[in-house]
Amino acid sequence: MLKISNLSVSVENKLIINNLDLEIDEGKKVAVMGPNGSGKSTLSNVISGKPGYDIKEGSIEFEDTDILKVDPEERATMGIFMAFQYPVEIPGIANSSFLRTAINSIRKKNNIDPVNTRIFLEEINQIASKLGLDKSFLSRDMNAGFSGGEKKKNEILQLLLLKPKLCVLDEIDSGLDIDSLKVISKGISEYSNKKNSMLIITHYQRLLDHVIPDEVHIFNNGKIVESGDHNLVKILEEKGYKEFS
Amino acid sequence: MRTSDDTTKLVEEASRYKYGFTTNIEQDLAPKGLNKDIVRFISQKKNEPKWLLEWRLKAFETLEKRKDNLPTWANLKYDKIDFQDIHYYAAPKSEDDKPKSLDEVDPELLRAYDKLGIPLKEQEFLAGVKNSHKVAVDAVFDSVSVATTFKSELSKLGIIFCSFSEAVATHPDLVKKYLGTVVPVNDNYFSTLNSAVFSDGSFVYIPPGVRCPMELSTYFRINAANTGQFERTLIIADKNSYVSYLEGCTAPMRDENQLHAAVVELVALENAEIKYSTVQNWYPGDKNGKGGIYNFVTKRGICQEAHSKISWTQVETGSAVTWKYPSVILKGDYSSGEFYSVALSHNCQQADTGTKMIHIGKNTSSRIVSKGISAGRGQQTYRGLVSILPKADNTKNFTQCDSLLIGNDCGAHTVPYIDVRNKSSDVAHEASTSKISEEQLFFCLQRGITEEDATALIVNGFCREVFKSLPMEFAVEAKKLLELSLEGAVG
Repeated sequence: MLKISNLSVSVENKLIINNLDLEIDEGKKVAVMGPNGSGKSTLSNVISGKPGYDIKEGSIEFEDTDILKVDPEERATMGIFMAFQYPVEIPGIANSSFLRTAINSIRKKNNIDPVNTRIFLEEINQIASKLGLDKSFLSRDMNAGFSGGEKKKNEILQLLLLKPKLCVLDEIDSGLDIDSLKVISKGISEYSNKKNSMLIITHYQRLLDHVIPDEVHIFNNGKIVESGDHNLVKILEEKGYKEFS
Repeated sequence: MRTSDDTTKLVEEASRYKYGFTTNIEQDLAPKGLNKDIVRFISQKKNEPKWLLEWRLKAFETLEKRKDNLPTWANLKYDKIDFQDIHYYAAPKSEDDKPKSLDEVDPELLRAYDKLGIPLKEQEFLAGVKNSHKVAVDAVFDSVSVATTFKSELSKLGIIFCSFSEAVATHPDLVKKYLGTVVPVNDNYFSTLNSAVFSDGSFVYIPPGVRCPMELSTYFRINAANTGQFERTLIIADKNSYVSYLEGCTAPMRDENQLHAAVVELVALENAEIKYSTVQNWYPGDKNGKGGIYNFVTKRGICQEAHSKISWTQVETGSAVTWKYPSVILKGDYSSGEFYSVALSHNCQQADTGTKMIHIGKNTSSRIVSKGISAGRGQQTYRGLVSILPKADNTKNFTQCDSLLIGNDCGAHTVPYIDVRNKSSDVAHEASTSKISEEQLFFCLQRGITEEDATALIVNGFCREVFKSLPMEFAVEAKKLLELSLEGAVG
């Protein structure tokens, strides 16, 4: 589904990703773990098309299309979703209006009629309750004044609503208490199937205890320094990142 | 990859004016220039009584004394206006033979309204809204009202809603009693000018104890080239009455700068409430600032008696130059004034707008919420005065001025004047300036929302507090207008 080849990315002339090769097959959950400043967030931003990154060389193919020149909203339409490490606040816009604008934008690009309001409301209410969110959550301003946990749950809510093919989860577990982590993990696990793929970016083991990855890569200084299955997580947790540089 | 520069470009290219067309209706024009004969010509054309002609002539004398003494304190740059190079009267030719019904209205005129999407026809207003929102329209085409609807229903309640000229003929006592009492003839250059040469406008009187059952609405439209527009509107809400008045404007594209200097006066008597909402979308000029309307408006209301309330809501997206400060004089005890404003300046537009809240009575309160959006090379100034006079005990004011910048070449300025002469008053002022952040924009893009829609979404969120205070159908229009004004923002 996603094929990153020979990718080098720099920001302000500093090389952040160095000659990276990474493939994520359909139906796979791939974890990328690494210390602070290893280039993990840059990776998710470059996949989703955030401006401000200088692509030195290499390619990113999504379903056999090179997406590096594709606009970010187009990538979203193709089925790439990024859960933000720091979700953005948009004052004055109700959460549900934002969600509806998003889903209808994607439908429009795919030549599908706008979503039926009743069906839409039923669906988001269902998702919200699954994530343990009160109904009023949907009428509050988009992320404005939300707690850290609520913001992260809101990312998962959007994921479950937009039903992407590739989910890039950028430190979805940071700033979460244990209960919220469980709720979020459950949401992710339930969504995961043979048709979609996950790129899970994290520092810690704890998320990966709930969402078992098929592959684990340790990322340092902009490249993969070690790969393995989920047993690698335990080894990493014992030895620390220092062992893998 | 995209940068914020693209957003800037998008806004710069947003100048395509949807309503840029002119209709070919023969104009009955006064010769160019301003002198006593022109004033007499206008008065005669309108069959005005002697007292009004004298009132106009007195205003003209005041104007002569003022010479070209225009207000200079606003943060605006524009070419000198040659007041002798303007036609002061224009009317559609059909005026001589006034249509009895809309069927008799010049089809060319109706087509113009159709192009604007203005539902002038009565049946269109009635369609599907029979028991909900009826909107009466007193449509002003250039200087003369050509169609007035819903009059009979309103007159059953004793409500007078007609063109200003008609009110002069049918209700001279009311007009005489209140004309010029809120905005004195000599208030400022433009109010003096308007008093001498005003063309037409609306007149509303709500009798005691009556709650006007529908939104009263007027669509203004400037059409003839080189024709100044000098509307005069007077709204009186008698004791314990309520009225909501809507004013909306669009104008066809023209290269010459068109001068507009309206005067609006509102009078609220005891326990009466007037809500005045404006959506203004006059031609702003092209990308380089060529053409566009000069809008110098004096709007003021007086809460004459106790417990009265006046609320101004405005959405200003048009005009090359906007000079406008809808104000409230809070004379009656326990009276309250509100000002809600969204103003957008893009390309080369300039707006110097705000409000004045003059607290005279005891326990009076006022609330100001101003949202300024600057894009392109647009310049935006909020200028507001909160004045609390010595006898105004226990007064309250809350002011909030927020500015949103799109791009790097625009400007936002806030000039609040606060003059408090009573120790028991409570005055609060909050101000903020922000930019649409790259993070917000990218977040929306990542959810599949286009840059244009994302900008509109963020701007709408920014303006929500003001839109909330607009009547619903007007809020929808205002939102669309804002989106239209930001259209083409994607580079």
